[in-house]
Amino acid sequence: MKIVLNGEPREVEAETLAALLVECGLSGRVATAVNESFVPTSLRGGHRLNDGDRVEVLAPMQGG
Amino acid sequence: MRAFYGTELPNPLMLGTAQYPSPAILEQAFRASGAGVATVSLRRESGAGQTFWSMIRDLGVLILPNTAGCHTVKEAVTTAHMAREVFGTPWIKLELIGHTDSLQPDVFGLVEAARILTEDGFQVFPYTTDDLIVGERLLAVGCEVLMPWGAPIGSGRGLNNEYALRAMRAEFPDTPLVVDAGIGLPSHAARAMELGYDAVLLNTAVARAGDPADMARAMALAIQAGQLAHRADPIEARDMASASTPVIGKAFLS
Repeated sequence: MKIVLNGEPREVEAETLAALLVECGLSGRVATAVNESFVPTSLRGGHRLNDGDRVEVLAPMQGG
Repeated sequence: MRAFYGTELPNPLMLGTAQYPSPAILEQAFRASGAGVATVSLRRESGAGQTFWSMIRDLGVLILPNTAGCHTVKEAVTTAHMAREVFGTPWIKLELIGHTDSLQPDVFGLVEAARILTEDGFQVFPYTTDDLIVGERLLAVGCEVLMPWGAPIGSGRGLNNEYALRAMRAEFPDTPLVVDAGIGLPSHAARAMELGYDAVLLNTAVARAGDPADMARAMALAIQAGQLAHRADPIEARDMASASTPVIGKAFLS
């Protein structure tokens, strides 16, 4: 399935958002959104991905 | 002392974490200043996020995540939700940018986003202008803190409109007020506190100084001086001199 992860097109095996994070080695303290909507940690396992989904995985960063 | 959503700040300096020459210098700036709050953001995970987070957590300060760079209500609200989960705090510095060059907040979107987030249980710290009516609207939708700009973000111009900031202090006597953005020098920060503001939020003035740790310390001292001066009830300025040495008892020598 083709998705866009953090702006980059990716071919992935994962069928859920939780599996995608494992497949792409994104662990630790991150927050996720799919197609511009927030998906809380507790719902990642049940969130099925679809072809063309835009996934954002954000982490803590410097800010003012 | 006015509390921020029930929390008294250990130190009225809110310090940003961006633009430092190195993580070590960022840490030194926090230690040197004793800043009570660190502002942080969320960006696409590139591998550096986890190290940054563990360093910030070790500072032992309060965390204020921002929605920097957001231009729409939806974007700001979604970012706030993501920040709440990552940082584990209901505090959010709500930034909704309306103008690319001045980074002036879009105050109409700001009020709307603040309303939505307050209903969702957030404790919103709105980055706003010094407009009194916008301030009123923000309080009406549930904000308990206001953060008017001193000058555009990163400009270092200080308090562009001291009159407006003074009016704001007078209009909202019970609301914690923070001058957020535009501070360039310790004297600017001291002035904000002399006006009776409760805290100052700054980043660039420290991070981009030749010696960030020393500048952070200078800011903290200025803020403390300004706060003490405000509490000490300063005299009114006057146009003509008023002799301070007593006239009575002066010798007749001419």
